Amino acid sequence: MDPMLELRQTFFQECEELLVELESGLMAMDDGSAVEDTVHAVFRAVHSIKGGAGAFALDDLVKFAHIFETTLDEVRTERMEATPDVMSVMLRSTDVLSDLVRAAREGESVDQERSQVLIDELAALSGVSTEPQEPSEDEVNFAPVLLDFDLGDDDDDDNAEADSTDAVNAETDNAEDAEAKKSFIINFRPKPELYANANEASLLLRDLARFGDVDATCDVSQVPDLDGLDPEGAYLAWTINVTTTEDKEALSDVFDFVDGDCDLEIVSGSEDAVIAADDGENAEPNAEANTEAEAETAAGASEENDTEDNAEEDVIPAAEAEEPAIALVEEESEAPSQKSEPTEAVEAAAPAPAAGQKSAEAATGGAKTAGAAPATVRVDLGRVDRLINLVGELVINQAMLAQCAIDAGMARESGVESGLEELKHLTRDIQESVMAIRAQPVRTLFQRMSRIVREAASATGKSVRLVTDGEMTEVDKTVVERLADPLTHMIRNAVDHGLESTEKREATGKSAQGEVHLSAAHRSGRVVIEVTDDGAGINRDRVKQIAIDKQLISEDAVLSDSEIDNLIFLPGFSTVEQVSNLSGRGVGMDVVKRAIQALGGKITISSKPGKGSVFSISLPLTLAILDGMVVEIAGQTLVVPLTAIIETLKPDASDIHTIGSDAQVISIRGDFIPLVDIGSTMKYRKVTADPTKGVVLSVETDAGERCALMVDAIHDQRQVVIKSLEENYGTVPGVAAATILGDGRIALILDVDGIIANTSEAPSYQETPLAAVG
Amino acid sequence: MSDNEKIDHDNEVELVAFRVEKQEFCVNIMSVREIRGWTTESVLPLAPEFVRGVINLRGSVVPIVDLATRLGLETPEPTARHVIIITQVGEQVVGLLVDAVSDILTTLNDKIQPTPDVASAMAKEFVRGVLPLEDRMINLIELNTVLPDDFLQEAAA
Amino acid sequence: MTLTILAVDDSRTMRDMLRIALCDAGFDVSLAEDGEHGLEVLSGMAPNVIITDINMPKLDGFGFIEGVRRSDDHRATPILVLTTESGADLKQRARAAGATGWIVKPFDKDKLVDAIRRVAA
Repeated sequence: MDPMLELRQTFFQECEELLVELESGLMAMDDGSAVEDTVHAVFRAVHSIKGGAGAFALDDLVKFAHIFETTLDEVRTERMEATPDVMSVMLRSTDVLSDLVRAAREGESVDQERSQVLIDELAALSGVSTEPQEPSEDEVNFAPVLLDFDLGDDDDDDNAEADSTDAVNAETDNAEDAEAKKSFIINFRPKPELYANANEASLLLRDLARFGDVDATCDVSQVPDLDGLDPEGAYLAWTINVTTTEDKEALSDVFDFVDGDCDLEIVSGSEDAVIAADDGENAEPNAEANTEAEAETAAGASEENDTEDNAEEDVIPAAEAEEPAIALVEEESEAPSQKSEPTEAVEAAAPAPAAGQKSAEAATGGAKTAGAAPATVRVDLGRVDRLINLVGELVINQAMLAQCAIDAGMARESGVESGLEELKHLTRDIQESVMAIRAQPVRTLFQRMSRIVREAASATGKSVRLVTDGEMTEVDKTVVERLADPLTHMIRNAVDHGLESTEKREATGKSAQGEVHLSAAHRSGRVVIEVTDDGAGINRDRVKQIAIDKQLISEDAVLSDSEIDNLIFLPGFSTVEQVSNLSGRGVGMDVVKRAIQALGGKITISSKPGKGSVFSISLPLTLAILDGMVVEIAGQTLVVPLTAIIETLKPDASDIHTIGSDAQVISIRGDFIPLVDIGSTMKYRKVTADPTKGVVLSVETDAGERCALMVDAIHDQRQVVIKSLEENYGTVPGVAAATILGDGRIALILDVDGIIANTSEAPSYQETPLAAVG
Repeated sequence: MSDNEKIDHDNEVELVAFRVEKQEFCVNIMSVREIRGWTTESVLPLAPEFVRGVINLRGSVVPIVDLATRLGLETPEPTARHVIIITQVGEQVVGLLVDAVSDILTTLNDKIQPTPDVASAMAKEFVRGVLPLEDRMINLIELNTVLPDDFLQEAAA
Repeated sequence: MTLTILAVDDSRTMRDMLRIALCDAGFDVSLAEDGEHGLEVLSGMAPNVIITDINMPKLDGFGFIEGVRRSDDHRATPILVLTTESGADLKQRARAAGATGWIVKPFDKDKLVDAIRRVAA
């Protein structure tokens, strides 16, 4: 791939992660759960987005990130307090930033007005102009740094060599167009800091040589006697004649990095100096003049040397003190309960608190990270999926092998059985481990919801707080991704329909701010996600009336509270007379339900009038495996998901009752439940089977509807690997997917809800042709 | 001379020829993934008549189209002598149940003649062209119509 | 001689960008994700030049530079600071911490290579 394109992809991927970090950080700051580093992490996120955006010349993004960063910096440096108002602007800015990132990625245009509004708000907060400031280039002298130098440095040897030759003759550039050349005299006296920061006078001279002819004279007059020589000192100075076509600016650029770390003077020579500079004799007086000029500052220079001496004295105890400090850290970690001794050690280390603290921080910091962030590897998802497929094959193959061994009658011989059992466990372990690779916490998904709540709240004029729980609960990546749409809708719904208006809440003695609670948890091999609101709850009378009006139920239907609540999942049901611009985007709860079902999940609702509603989604941990019951119907092997089955029974003839011409019900402990012969509804056979000769599976649909399915026999109960039927064929009503059995043949996995839905339509479907014929 | 050869090379096409009920058909070898013996399919409920069912092809669920039924020919129960040609059209992998594979032919694209204007709906819909070969006539199958993207829509139609 | 560069930046994009630009220019490149990681990586190598970001988690650029300058093996290694700000303040702080020079982001490849060549012995 084109590296730039790849880089761009990396950038947008990283942006996604940074935006999540940004939002979660801001929310933590908002609800008071922020830790010390949070504000810095938040700042870094915006900063990194800005940095990357700059590299790709994404100007809108840079502009917005810049002002955002500037305002965040105010908070970070505690010049501004993170009041709720400030946090609100920050969170909304995050939304805009996220939109800008997406727009940049998709090459779309952005809502300039919206981002301008926030740019203005941010600017108002930070009190800066919205135009990116060019910081002034004023150079300030700074204090020397104390560093625990204890070894001689090669630099000085180099300088000594330069010393002996008296001049560094850099390569000369004999350009022909001498007439355009100007000459400059540069007086350059490095300070010790220049070397301390790993800059090199010789490299600067080398750099200068690129500009033209360089003639450098070294001034060794400041070099002290050997006794007084500080190995870290800077005693040399240079006078450099440069003849170049470049201007003074370019020359001073060379010294950009050492500006302030040296005495520097760049003087324009006369045009004639072109000749003069080449002349050794003429150069001499220049050097002398320079030395004279330097003499004035000689006092200053010696002062400097004094400072250095002092500095060295300061440094020595610091270096010594470092040892006990480190020892202290070790002691602490070994025996944290011994308190008296470490205190002494602290006191002993007191002369050099800085050094001690630093190393202690570094040590503990290292330990912390080792615990908090285990090493990770980024893997292409395609590779993981390939691995998962292969492991799926392995599971099937293992089952086939076991079947072969049984068929060959060798299962009980020579340890084959125990070997196969071992293989089965290993295979299952591998499968679970591989599946875990795809697992991902719902955190990112939940964080997206906070934005949805903000938007829904501002659109409805309600004050809403989103509380999340169990963000680290892991689910298959695909489940997380495909949950985004239904969950978004449910959250909007909770804000829009679930919560009452602020006035109404206050009138009923509730807090003005409504609360939407979003939680995730593992429960008996499944993931349960709940959306809870503290609103008014389902208005059952109204729901029932709407269902009757829309002819979804008959007028005299007697429904339990739970049945009424579940009416909202019916296709064509919408409680809002006037379609609001939020929830009513042509999507009803039936679509949510279907999306959840497509993931192998169930959705249920429970509601308490006046207290609010709970929508509960139960999802499989993975989309790849399913616990199923292997059954036989009309010579075909099929799998019924275990989650749907309540019980299995062998009915007596007396339990079976016929209603009308062919509709049958079965009595289970006094309840009459419709009996469905899968064989005939799926057209595997033409005549309805005799229920007493087979087995009945009592099942429950996601909506809580009960039904009894007739099968010929039950073979087995096992985990099966889900295979797509849609990939090469399409969807079949009543069939959820396919799987491969131990004998290598395909078995279809039944979609219990689909079958029951089919059955309820079936009578009219069968009657029509009769009528038509007649 | 060499130019002609080159053009011929571009023009060249390899076909897998097979028999269905005494008629000869062929498909471009580029759409054939493999050829395998017949195995019992698992029946797909509510499927069009020409879909016999699905088989397991190394972990994938592959539908099997009974070409005889699809083409409106007589359809005896398949035996172990029958053959499944696994074809790929677009993203879809589908098996064709045929009587036997007869030949692999190399011919030139321009030797393939347009389907003669006959009344048969089958010919119009499923035969893209015909290839004369000695005294035989081989029908080039139009896989796109034989294997609809959505079998169920086809079933409903 | 091939110069070896250690680049420290918490942004994956920036690391990739540095890696591509520096490899292109014929340098050997090692990468680290933050100051702490940088010091770790540094303990096993002797780069000719170190490039570091300032705003990083765990140990920021200033802390990292101080750490490098404290070590006997690397205190003479040139360090270039990557910064989005060209402010005098920042430069001063960087230099006070022991940085050799700086590169203003977004950088172009030539400027980057130029800065490296300028400080590399």
